[in-house]
Amino acid sequence: MTDALLTLEGLTKAYPGVIANSDVSFSIKPGEVHALLGENGAGKSTLVKTIYGLVKPDTGRMMLNGAEFSPANPRAARAAGVAMVFQHFSLFEALNVAENIALGMDNPPPTGELAGRIRDVSEAYGLPLDPGRMVGDLSAGERQRVEIIRCLLQNPRLLIMDEPTSVLTPQEVDILFHTLRKLAGEGTSILYISHKLEEIRSLCEDATVLRLGKVVATCDPREKTARELAEMMVGTSLHTPEREGGETGEVLLSVAGLSLPAPSDFGTPLKDISFDLRAGEVLGIGGVAGNGQDELLAALSGERAVPPGMVRFKGRDIGRLRPNARRALGLLAAPEERLGHAAAPEMSLTENALLTGDTREQLTSNGFIKWGKVRDFAARVIDAFDVRTPGTETAAGALSGGNLQKFVIGREILQRPEVFVVNQPTWGVDAAAAAAIRQAILDLSAKGAGVIVISQDLDELMEISDHFTALNEGRIARIRPARDLTIDEIGLMMGGAHDMAEAIV
Amino acid sequence: MNIRLEKRPAPSRMLLALTPLLAVVATMIAGGIMFWALGANPAEAIRTIFWDPLFDETFGAYSRPQLLVKAGPLILIAIGLALGFRAGIWNIGAEGQYIIGAVVGAGVGLAFYPTENRLIFPLMVVAGAFGGWAWAMIPAILKTRFGTNEILVSLMLVYVAENILASVSSGLLKNPDGMGFPGSRNLARDYPAASNLELIPNSGMHWGVVAAFVAVIFAYVLMTRHKMGFAIRLTGEAPRAARFAGVSPTRLVLFALGTAGALAGMAGLFEVSGPAGQISIDFGSGYGFTAIIVAFLGRLHPVGILLAGLLMALTYIGGELAQLMLGMPAAAIQLFQGMLLFFLLAMDVFANYRIRIGQREVA
Amino acid sequence: MELGQINPILLIASLMVASTPILLAAIGEMVVEKAGVLNLGVEGMMITGAVVGFVTAVNSTSPVLGFIAAACAGAGLSLLFALVTQYLKSTQVATGLALTLFGLGLSSLIGKPYAGMKAPPLGKMHIPGLSEIPVLGPILFQHDPMVYLSVLLVAAVWAWLKYSRSGLILRAVGENHAAAHALGYKVVRVRILAILFGGATAGLGGAYVSLVRVPQWVEGMTAGAGWIALAIVVFASWRPWRVLLGAYLFGGVSVLQLNLQAAGVAIPVEYLSMSPYLVTILVLVIISLRGNHGAPGSLGRVFHASH
Repeated sequence: MTDALLTLEGLTKAYPGVIANSDVSFSIKPGEVHALLGENGAGKSTLVKTIYGLVKPDTGRMMLNGAEFSPANPRAARAAGVAMVFQHFSLFEALNVAENIALGMDNPPPTGELAGRIRDVSEAYGLPLDPGRMVGDLSAGERQRVEIIRCLLQNPRLLIMDEPTSVLTPQEVDILFHTLRKLAGEGTSILYISHKLEEIRSLCEDATVLRLGKVVATCDPREKTARELAEMMVGTSLHTPEREGGETGEVLLSVAGLSLPAPSDFGTPLKDISFDLRAGEVLGIGGVAGNGQDELLAALSGERAVPPGMVRFKGRDIGRLRPNARRALGLLAAPEERLGHAAAPEMSLTENALLTGDTREQLTSNGFIKWGKVRDFAARVIDAFDVRTPGTETAAGALSGGNLQKFVIGREILQRPEVFVVNQPTWGVDAAAAAAIRQAILDLSAKGAGVIVISQDLDELMEISDHFTALNEGRIARIRPARDLTIDEIGLMMGGAHDMAEAIV
Repeated sequence: MNIRLEKRPAPSRMLLALTPLLAVVATMIAGGIMFWALGANPAEAIRTIFWDPLFDETFGAYSRPQLLVKAGPLILIAIGLALGFRAGIWNIGAEGQYIIGAVVGAGVGLAFYPTENRLIFPLMVVAGAFGGWAWAMIPAILKTRFGTNEILVSLMLVYVAENILASVSSGLLKNPDGMGFPGSRNLARDYPAASNLELIPNSGMHWGVVAAFVAVIFAYVLMTRHKMGFAIRLTGEAPRAARFAGVSPTRLVLFALGTAGALAGMAGLFEVSGPAGQISIDFGSGYGFTAIIVAFLGRLHPVGILLAGLLMALTYIGGELAQLMLGMPAAAIQLFQGMLLFFLLAMDVFANYRIRIGQREVA
Repeated sequence: MELGQINPILLIASLMVASTPILLAAIGEMVVEKAGVLNLGVEGMMITGAVVGFVTAVNSTSPVLGFIAAACAGAGLSLLFALVTQYLKSTQVATGLALTLFGLGLSSLIGKPYAGMKAPPLGKMHIPGLSEIPVLGPILFQHDPMVYLSVLLVAAVWAWLKYSRSGLILRAVGENHAAAHALGYKVVRVRILAILFGGATAGLGGAYVSLVRVPQWVEGMTAGAGWIALAIVVFASWRPWRVLLGAYLFGGVSVLQLNLQAAGVAIPVEYLSMSPYLVTILVLVIISLRGNHGAPGSLGRVFHASH
């Protein structure tokens, strides 16, 4: 393969307890958009970090343009023409765009000249950006532009994009794809990492599928169906949860004109959010990260107090009630961040069971903890939700993401919530665990609970929601039945066209 | 070849218990080198500090009781500090709370002079606790109301308290029969109703030591069995999770700082009415700062603090003995204590991380 | 009471002298915090600088050598902090406290034999021409070289952070250490260098107390100046020129209270001497009312590079 830009041969990398990559080989041609496909934990991140010089492989070698390539650090990789846009942006919020870009370059020109070049490149590729703005004030899409332009200014031969669309609206995805096709047309190779199958089918010419660290297939994704790609990725056929079609009943939770200022400098204010949640209903709330998801959950769970009259539970004003008082009524929540928010990583599962279970499971009396009862509760959660752990005394942080997420969700569901609010229920969770969690949510609603699922995974929301809306800059779009929504309509809702949905129907 | 650190999912409990002992050994070695550099015989110096106070035939009888006398206030203060440290609340102004507790408590006692009534001493204890509590409430309220940094405020208040102490010992509380010398009446010697005397002869056991032991048990039950203790631990390890669990940060700050202040204030009162005897300019003896070391050395755990307090008391007495016998400067022992804390913090790495040695990549 | 005895020109001139130790320590600590490290050991490094500077100056009869030795001593002590926090990943708050306790002990041990001696004087540097200007001359241009050096240092730190690439890297490391690491910057190395710089300036500040301000060795003589320096960094919202302003403000308060004491004002001495600490608390409250804007994003957090 003399015409390949980058060739990987037998790359293997082991960490204590896991083999991240095992004998991985494939190659990327110049001007090609090459997909790297795989589930969370399949070894995609380790592989790209190897190419970018952040990880050294245990065995195997890489060739770039026919020459041996073993970058000692990202700087060496950049010098060889490899650039990377990270999934979690490596940006500095308190610095401006030009400073951020200068930090990503090895020999940046003087400030004035750099600002000019940023403007030129950003316009050439249809990604407008003001070099003087603070990055902390930019939207997720704009932040990604900073990363992309930082890479483009180095004239890379290979651009690595790690899950670039997870933070974008469908419209922003279109702009990005346009830019990427233009780049590929100019001869730049792109290694595109994703688990979103439709995107890969529309963008990429070649795909390498990873499973448990090994290459299990290479194919032209345009010739495969999404289902075929998914089965290559997962290895078995998927069990899709089924909606049991619960009847919706009385209004349990009523939110009216909920507005709250931003909790911090870089937080999002909530603006005039109104909706009713009925018994047996699953309300899906989509939207790009950072548009008020965390803030909405905190206002509903009681972590932040809310002015009177804005949140009612079965007609009772609960805005001033603290989390445990809301739990006593039957309103439970599970935040997005497992480690440090939904669970304390260094504490045992027993202690984590006490974290939210005290009120409804009567785990204390007169302030004294009944540890035996707490342990039983933790054991019940582990048992009912198939949490793989050596026991109840294992630290939460020692569990895999999927197992901890099952524990966190199970802990709330076993407390028989009447209203359950959950943010990103399956984020970073393997497919089997994700299916189990979705099924549990559906079962809960079938028993008559109202559920709010906040998620950035549109497929997930379409699968389990009765009604759908989206958060954009702290507002929500008009609520619609999920069944007849098109992807364009969803995109508009996520992009903030609050009343435009009307016009499209 | 290189050395890498790999974070453990949870700190190793065995190593958490073992590292304080390793730190003591390391300090003895480094201290030995230091004494050698000062021209003393290292083995003799170590023996004088760690062995002679307890087992020497000549000095043991005098210094053994001193062990409890010194350990009492250290333990009492450290127990309170540890509650806050566990939750990430950094009260480092215990010295000020100790001083104010002593001043307020002694002030109440002196106000009754020369009345003899059995209720006076308990009243002084309450007043001392109140004084320390009130002094700690200043950083607590500033933190909860305005988000002011409690480290700096509580520390600044130490200097304020020292000035108040200087002022009252030559003014308000000055002994009218003291022939113009600064300092209050001697409570321990001249005012039986307000004195904190030894409960068992030659044991060093006074009410302050009793209070310290009670505080250890109280803190142990609180931390292991009570919701408040769980809230404290949760806040220290995952503040967002604590908020999610319904812990009120405001109440926690008020509780942790208030308890620490009250215990430090009581320690001050027990000291001024017993071992020290009177309010005087040099009454503040640094217990409030040494207690920080005791709290860390004891792993912020009540039983650990009990042991660490006794050990630290031993270094105090041993240090005095070394001063007497070997002419070692008083500051040497302070240096010794600082070194101990340093070694301990350095060795925490073993409890929190696995050390991997190999030819793997640089992380 | 004779307020009229206080000469305003001398008062303002001595304000600059009184502020210099705090200014030196605070500008160094600001750089350390900009790199994302909270070193609470400033007091310990200052007092060590004070004693080492004094001992060196007395033995060599050269105040300049004294200052150099003090900077080295401060940096040396901070190296301990750097190793323990950066390589052994200890908590910065506790380690900083340990450093202060250690420094206080170390300094009294070293200083014991030197108590009561006098330091060789550091000459004044009258700036030709400028020092002749009435009023302004004596206030601004008749000081010792360290006063000028401290102001120059503020200007240098300001320009370096704002305009140089290495300054940008330091800010990036303090703002988001994970991102800086991902870009290939040496987080630990940058931080260690910043900590050493902070240690050196704290040492200089301490030596200024023992060599110029007092000038002799007294145990515990920095009396909380290191802690006040920490407060000033917060007050200044991590901006160099505001550090200067803050330091001069506190210098002003302490000089004023000393002058009031000397003038025999009817306020007890103890209440006057506690005033700088009370003012510090007051200022901290006012600052926190405004919200702690400008704090570096990674301040005080342990950095551990996983894969």
